[in-house]
Amino acid sequence: MVSISMSPLANSDGRTPAAAIVVEHLVKTFGEVEAVKGVDFEVAPGEVFGFLGPNGAGKTTTINMLCTLLRPTSGSATVAGYDVVRQRDDVRRHIGLVFQDPTLDSYLTGAQNLRLHAELYGVQRDLVEPRMRQVLSMVGLWERRDTPVGTYSGGMRRRLEIARGLMHSPRVLFLDEPTIGLDPQTRRSIWNYIAELKQSEEITIFMTTHYMDEAEWCDRIAIMDHGEIVALDAPQVLKDGVGADRIMIHTDDNEAAIAELADRFQIEAHVAEGAVTFRVPGGEQFVPRLFSELRVPIRSISVSRPTLDDVFMSYTGTTIRDAEEDPARNRSRMMMRMSGRAPR
Amino acid sequence: MSVTSERAQAPAIPPHEVVRVHVPPRSLASEFRAARIMWRRDLIRFVNDRIRIVSSLVQPLLFLFVMGAGLNTLSKSGTYGVNLKTFIYPGILCISVMFTAMFAAASIVWDREFGFLREMMVAPVSRSSIVIGKCFGGATVACIQGIIMILLGPAVGVSYSITLILGIFGLQLLLAFTITAFGVMIAVRIRQMQSFFGVMQMIVMPMFFISGALFPTRGLPGWLEVLNRIDPLTYAVDPMRRLVFGHLHISPMARHVLDAGVTWWGYRVPPLLEAAVVLGLGLLMLAVAIWEFSATE
Repeated sequence: MVSISMSPLANSDGRTPAAAIVVEHLVKTFGEVEAVKGVDFEVAPGEVFGFLGPNGAGKTTTINMLCTLLRPTSGSATVAGYDVVRQRDDVRRHIGLVFQDPTLDSYLTGAQNLRLHAELYGVQRDLVEPRMRQVLSMVGLWERRDTPVGTYSGGMRRRLEIARGLMHSPRVLFLDEPTIGLDPQTRRSIWNYIAELKQSEEITIFMTTHYMDEAEWCDRIAIMDHGEIVALDAPQVLKDGVGADRIMIHTDDNEAAIAELADRFQIEAHVAEGAVTFRVPGGEQFVPRLFSELRVPIRSISVSRPTLDDVFMSYTGTTIRDAEEDPARNRSRMMMRMSGRAPR
Repeated sequence: MSVTSERAQAPAIPPHEVVRVHVPPRSLASEFRAARIMWRRDLIRFVNDRIRIVSSLVQPLLFLFVMGAGLNTLSKSGTYGVNLKTFIYPGILCISVMFTAMFAAASIVWDREFGFLREMMVAPVSRSSIVIGKCFGGATVACIQGIIMILLGPAVGVSYSITLILGIFGLQLLLAFTITAFGVMIAVRIRQMQSFFGVMQMIVMPMFFISGALFPTRGLPGWLEVLNRIDPLTYAVDPMRRLVFGHLHISPMARHVLDAGVTWWGYRVPPLLEAAVVLGLGLLMLAVAIWEFSATE
């Protein structure tokens, strides 16, 4: 699908409809640490746009600037047509937010939390109950609406937060790691809601995740690393761009295997997640050659079609899991947290 | 219907009608609604939390009945026949309100720790509305607590009249509002509940002890008299005592000693001015609280 790789904003007649989100050279620094280093992108109305990257890549900082919780150091952004700095209240009226950390009042019931939200946002009184019924039914909590949130499970709370974020019919819904720490079943149902929302409401969804498999659901994804966007396109296009398959072998002597791969096959390999990893076009055809010609014994082997992990690796030179274990990165994250303005 | 059969081609979506709402721009009405829901939230939480209702009654009751009864024999000669319980009752009326109001304000720290503060911070309403709603919420909850204390009047030898009840209630409302504003002003800057309780111990207890809730304000040592006149709570305890003592039948000597009134360089401060001091401080602290809350990112 070539059309997806083009900007989704370009119509056939060349005119561009108003974008849901426009970001230009957005920068945020916390003291010495440059958390977001000048990012640019646009999100079209109705799109599900994903921000992908390891912890500390600047995803949450970016989302916080877009939802007016943080002031950008420089650059500009508009959400639903309003400037995030100069028209803060207008932005707030048109966005829904679901944070990583819970923001519910656990002494109140589910329904009370939603009503409180509707009052804060000034939702028309006669529409509060029907709208509440709709969003609560969608996340399957209508029957539990009169129980205190304190008795809800983690998954139920997240679902309630999503319902609350939708309570005022926002034009853009921000989801910051909406499925983090949830069981697979709840994760799947949250993705079902997102798919349902796309069908039933005129809503743009902007989300961050560091689950590669979830990013596949997005219309387009931006890969973020060290505060920069390193790639931005539809997941399929990004994967096609990688071209080659990924081969991972476990050997008795990784050093020797890497040296031999370089000598014999002119392949540059490296160790990732404990396995010698490299990339070749036509992986399946390469495996027999590898077994007959490599002198280092191979204990196990896996060949995989390009995934978003590979996309991530091809742009950043590391897997997302290894990136999260990188001490240097964690240190900069710690510093941001300690400065009291944690990009949470 | 033919329309339905054509629709069947489309991906399966639930057939319910989407209820679409919209968020109006900020207006006075929307700000009022926001303040009101913050006020109601405090009430709902208070009513749901029976343990809190009981626990915040314990301290004033301890002071009133345990201390009042326990020290009564020691103080008999100094009170000219007035029971110590009766004497400290006006002070206890004030501090019961004070503890509850501080507690209500503490929920801001709680909300920060548990994340709910964010929900308020990102709402498209002025932060002032939230703080004002919060202060009235705390004041209302404290007054409910105050009413329970008013009901104890006969148990300590104070008989009711409608003016007395209304007067006490009015003073309690005023004090509750001021203390909540004070508590919110502090709570906005504090990130952990433990720290808040630390501050409570450091500020509220001295305020309570210095205020004259437990002793007459006449004939104090110089340093204590200065502290007493600076303590804002003094200006709530004194009119409260005057009000209650105005309804007691006691000897002129007892009145002279026990209900001496607060003086500034010999000038006896009238109750209305004292109430105005409390109100003025309350408004000032509300303004500071709003300013702090608006400056929080």
